[in-house]
Amino acid sequence: MNFVVPDFYPAAAEIFVAIMALVVMLASTFARGVRWLAYALTQFTLIAAAFVTIYTLKGDVSYTFSNLFIGDLLGDLLKLLIYFSMAIALLYGRGYLADRNIDKPEYYVLALLMTLGMMVMVTANHMLPLYIGLEMMSLGLYAMVAFDRDSARSTEAGMKYFVLGALASGLLLYGMSMIYGATGSLEFSGIANAVYHQAANKTVLLFGIVFLMAGISFKLGVVPFHMWVPDVYQGAPSAVTLIIATAPKLAAFAMAVRLLIWGLFDVAEQWQSMLMFVAVLSIILGNLAAIAQTNLKRMLAYSGISHMGFMLLGLLSGVVEGDRHYALNAYSSAMFYAVSYVIMSLASFGMIILLSRAGFEADSIDDFKGLNKRSPWFAAMMMFVMFSMAGIPFFIGFFAKLSVLQAVVAAGYLWIAIIAVVMSVIGAFYYLRVVKVMYFDPPVDPAPIHAPAELRVLLSANGLAIAALGLAPQALMSVCAYALLASL
Amino acid sequence: MEFKTFVFYFLAVILVFAALRVITARNPVHAALYLVLAFFNASGIWLLLQAEFLAITLVMVYVGAVMVLFLFVVMMLDINLDRLRQGFWSYLPVGSLIGVLMAVEMAMVLGGRYFGLDAMPAPPDPQAGYSNTRELGRVLYTDYVYPFELASLVLLVAMVAAVALTLRKRKGTKYINPSEQVAVKREGRVELVKMPAEKD
Repeated sequence: MNFVVPDFYPAAAEIFVAIMALVVMLASTFARGVRWLAYALTQFTLIAAAFVTIYTLKGDVSYTFSNLFIGDLLGDLLKLLIYFSMAIALLYGRGYLADRNIDKPEYYVLALLMTLGMMVMVTANHMLPLYIGLEMMSLGLYAMVAFDRDSARSTEAGMKYFVLGALASGLLLYGMSMIYGATGSLEFSGIANAVYHQAANKTVLLFGIVFLMAGISFKLGVVPFHMWVPDVYQGAPSAVTLIIATAPKLAAFAMAVRLLIWGLFDVAEQWQSMLMFVAVLSIILGNLAAIAQTNLKRMLAYSGISHMGFMLLGLLSGVVEGDRHYALNAYSSAMFYAVSYVIMSLASFGMIILLSRAGFEADSIDDFKGLNKRSPWFAAMMMFVMFSMAGIPFFIGFFAKLSVLQAVVAAGYLWIAIIAVVMSVIGAFYYLRVVKVMYFDPPVDPAPIHAPAELRVLLSANGLAIAALGLAPQALMSVCAYALLASL
Repeated sequence: MEFKTFVFYFLAVILVFAALRVITARNPVHAALYLVLAFFNASGIWLLLQAEFLAITLVMVYVGAVMVLFLFVVMMLDINLDRLRQGFWSYLPVGSLIGVLMAVEMAMVLGGRYFGLDAMPAPPDPQAGYSNTRELGRVLYTDYVYPFELASLVLLVAMVAAVALTLRKRKGTKYINPSEQVAVKREGRVELVKMPAEKD
């Protein structure tokens, strides 16, 4: 028996974030009085981790920790996006948390450990780290949702999320164990190998995929595993909702890609038909249920369900009757969709935080009444976000929808494309209602907006980015395509 | 019937019975105790499979530590059973339909056809001197050191979360400061008041 010390270099960013999470915890214990310390150290960690990731970036694929860890361009790109969205989400949420007196250092320790969990998920080459990363992310999120202990809503949302999340984890683990039983491997390449050589028992494999799909659907929050989404989005403090709606979606996308495409590509026809069911139902239910909402957070939750359904449209149109010609195009459109959803989500929940103040939640659509009179600039930003989410040209959301629909049509599922387009036209109603309320209704509360300067500046940049990326979406699209190409 | 087979079926029957009682017992304390029984029988089955280290760990960790803690929690919580059972009958038809459907589907896949001894041959008997514990320890600290270290961080997340959510001062609690109690002086407790003698 000889043991070779693993190569730590590809995992440098993970190790750095893990150490810094411990440092933040200890530092804020010993320097109790310094309130900004945990926040500042967390932001420093996220920025520094981005530099570490860029520094260790390599064009080729590297494996380490006895093939449990995969370092590839897809993972690195998703990690960078995760740091980016976490850093922005924490910045947006800081004032909000301070107003409600819940900006404890533990919040930032949990946020960092959650980030680590997501990083582990996107770089997993094996079911074990994938699952552990998922649990690390979810446990942190459950606690953050319930962080506002004085609010019964927040505690209830945390409890609901925890119980349903534990159930989904159980389903996922059961599916993983079935796939292990069928293929004899937990490593994605080993699973792919067994499936390719038809060494795996197909019935057992499919049985496992069903449970796997249930777990993935829960984490993405798509029908029929969407019940938690509206309650948790509404109940959680807005700063936490902002986090749930952004970075974890990227991690869940990575989980779906690693499990389904890296591991089970040769039975793509089977899981594609399951995804088809999930995606179409999510688009229909998400858009129809959002119309009836008066609470903006709840409306955005339902719109998130439909957006995730759209993202899955890209994943399900990769293989057509054994022809893998379209795979790269379809998967990169799904990734582009996920990334643009994250950017839009950051801005939309950021707007809710901007309008909230101590003791007041601006989470009702009525709170946006007459925003144009109070602040024409931020009304315009919110309009950009809503137009982009509705898929109106020329914002980033339009190109995301377009590229996904192109992939679906290329795969020959014309009926799905028609349903998706009809549903997004219906969906435009509730996005445009917010715009109408902002511009044509008298303000309920004519007070001008008070917010920290950094929130104003970044939120403006975020809104402008939605417009600017809409004018030049090619760069981001080709980055997504290149990352997938280099990693496949 | 071979003795080993008999032991297996004996443990398995009790295990299934105990597991059923966990979800059907009316009293949560009984349910927790049945779970202990289920764990104990499962560990017996693992012993039959020659996984002696895992069997002992199951007894020590789950039966010895986790379930005892769980029992304490269940006893201390004031659970209103009637509220828990609300809506049971209205959900029963849909729930049982889906449950039976899933059970049938699972039985079709998980029956002996795919997981019988022909499909999954038993592993060869280990040679003498084979140590389960040693083998587990070897892979845990070499091949699987990455998830092992990550698992410790998951536990840290759980600890930080538990402390952050529960350690707080609520208004109106009868909070006691032990150091003040220890350092108490007579002056703090007894006040001597000079009163004029009362004449009657």
